[in-house]
Amino acid sequence: MNWADVFDYSDYGRILALVSNSVIACAILGIVGGLIGVFVIQRDMAFAVHGISELSFAGAAAALLIGVDVLVGSVVGSLLAAAIIGLLGARARDRNSVVGVLMPFGLGLGILFLALYPGRSANKFGLLTGQIVAVGGGQLWALIGVSAVVFAVLLLIWRPLAFDSLDPDVAASRGVPTRRLSLVFMLLLGLMVAVALQIIGALLVLALLVTPAAAASRVTHSAVMIPVLSMVFGLVSALGGILIAIGSTLPVSPFITTISFVIYLVCRDVGRTRDIRRFRRAAEARTLETA
Amino acid sequence: MSRDDVPVLTTHDASLRVRGRTLFAGLDLSVDAGELVAVLGPNGSGKTSLFRAILGLERLATGSIELLGEPARRGDRRIGYVPQQRIWPRGMPMLGRDLVMMGRTGARFGIPVAGRADREAVARAIWSVRAESLAHRPVGDLSGGEQQRLRIAQAIVDEPRLLLLDEPLSSLDLRNQGEIVELVDRLRESGTAVLFIAHDVNPILGSVGRIVYLAQGRHRVGTVDEVLTTESLSELYGTRVEVVRIDDATGSGPARVFVAGVPEHGHHHPAQDRDDDEVARLERSA
Repeated sequence: MNWADVFDYSDYGRILALVSNSVIACAILGIVGGLIGVFVIQRDMAFAVHGISELSFAGAAAALLIGVDVLVGSVVGSLLAAAIIGLLGARARDRNSVVGVLMPFGLGLGILFLALYPGRSANKFGLLTGQIVAVGGGQLWALIGVSAVVFAVLLLIWRPLAFDSLDPDVAASRGVPTRRLSLVFMLLLGLMVAVALQIIGALLVLALLVTPAAAASRVTHSAVMIPVLSMVFGLVSALGGILIAIGSTLPVSPFITTISFVIYLVCRDVGRTRDIRRFRRAAEARTLETA
Repeated sequence: MSRDDVPVLTTHDASLRVRGRTLFAGLDLSVDAGELVAVLGPNGSGKTSLFRAILGLERLATGSIELLGEPARRGDRRIGYVPQQRIWPRGMPMLGRDLVMMGRTGARFGIPVAGRADREAVARAIWSVRAESLAHRPVGDLSGGEQQRLRIAQAIVDEPRLLLLDEPLSSLDLRNQGEIVELVDRLRESGTAVLFIAHDVNPILGSVGRIVYLAQGRHRVGTVDEVLTTESLSELYGTRVEVVRIDDATGSGPARVFVAGVPEHGHHHPAQDRDDDEVARLERSA
């Protein structure tokens, strides 16, 4: 294999202009994905995200088969999965088994629809592993619109949702409508998964909806800094991924997943080093006290 | 009528049933400002459920609960609540002041920006539990006693008239227990009415006004001398229970009370011993 065939940045400017839609979509997805990821971590829902994305994939594949817009199909699949998980799996343990049951079913359905689909196989594969460069003008506006709605609603319910995620007993006593709130969150999550699927693929959604927030909560514990850092990490991963990918013949997904993984590793290390230093200082303080 | 004339909390003929089991029936109670009432009883006797009823999270089978003369409703900011403690694990994504701020602004929808009044209220609450040094530390890094001080700060950040504390001393060592009791006593003296669920009444014997003792679906309300006696508890449990009172030898400290022979698992199925909260949550989701 010749690397020059894989990476070629000689016409970068021209290609960048051609795919500017995809670049914008990636940037927005990175930011909103990072933001919603904060709650995915706090509410312990990483596995649920994966389950929703498989049903979203089934919806997208069905849409491809019957000739409907793929985004519409994946939104329908996502929302259905989110509603089922939200209604049946209020408690974490129930939720995991509900997801475990739904996920293979969704994936199986999706594979069935793709097998029946007579079109090009590259399109098929794209639903699972990402096909960002295929984002067209009309679809771009839909992605931006959905992301903007998720962002805005998330901001408006931020404090009650955080209260319910971190301290549910006191939140309920303070009048936070915990059940309705968790259903609204599931719907937002479903929408965001459907959007992410268009860009990074059903199998890799976690890299944008979980990894940035997980990385952020390794380096800070502040309720303000976690979402801010998570959005920055999401943006860097998604934008960095596509800017590298457009100069290559490779799909965008491995670049996004690798960048977000490296960020996570660095954050883990920074967090650990700081913890060790803090423990050492605390231990020293104790010995001084007893001395 | 000044607001000091109305009891902070009153219950009239209050009965609560959870899963067909009567936790208490016909409970009449009135708590005044600056009074500390201890809620005692074995596991599963309905202490936490009584709190949940006061908070509007549980519906009474009969009777009513009033806060300052009005029917109690869910989310009333004049009640502060410290639930039974679960220790927060390391890595909890919040600092001490974030926890207290949630008590102030956590139920508000809208753009999440704290105003100046909110920040000042949080600083005041943190100051009044002497937790300034904990404000910027991750909650998961703190000891049980430190977390409990912050929980109390969270509960009093709106300067409530009634404070509900669910076993605030459990899992604390003696020194931390002493600090929390002292803190609660200060709040009580400044006019807050306090309901205090306790496993052991002795740490608060010096400040407790009256006792609500729940057991076997029945209850006793009265002073320590009225409720914590062999006759009264034996009658309540329907079996011989011994209460021993040891007065402080020096005559300066408070007495200590010991109860022996309580049938902890006597009259209900062990499966029902699980936390009242848990049962209530199951029922809501059913």
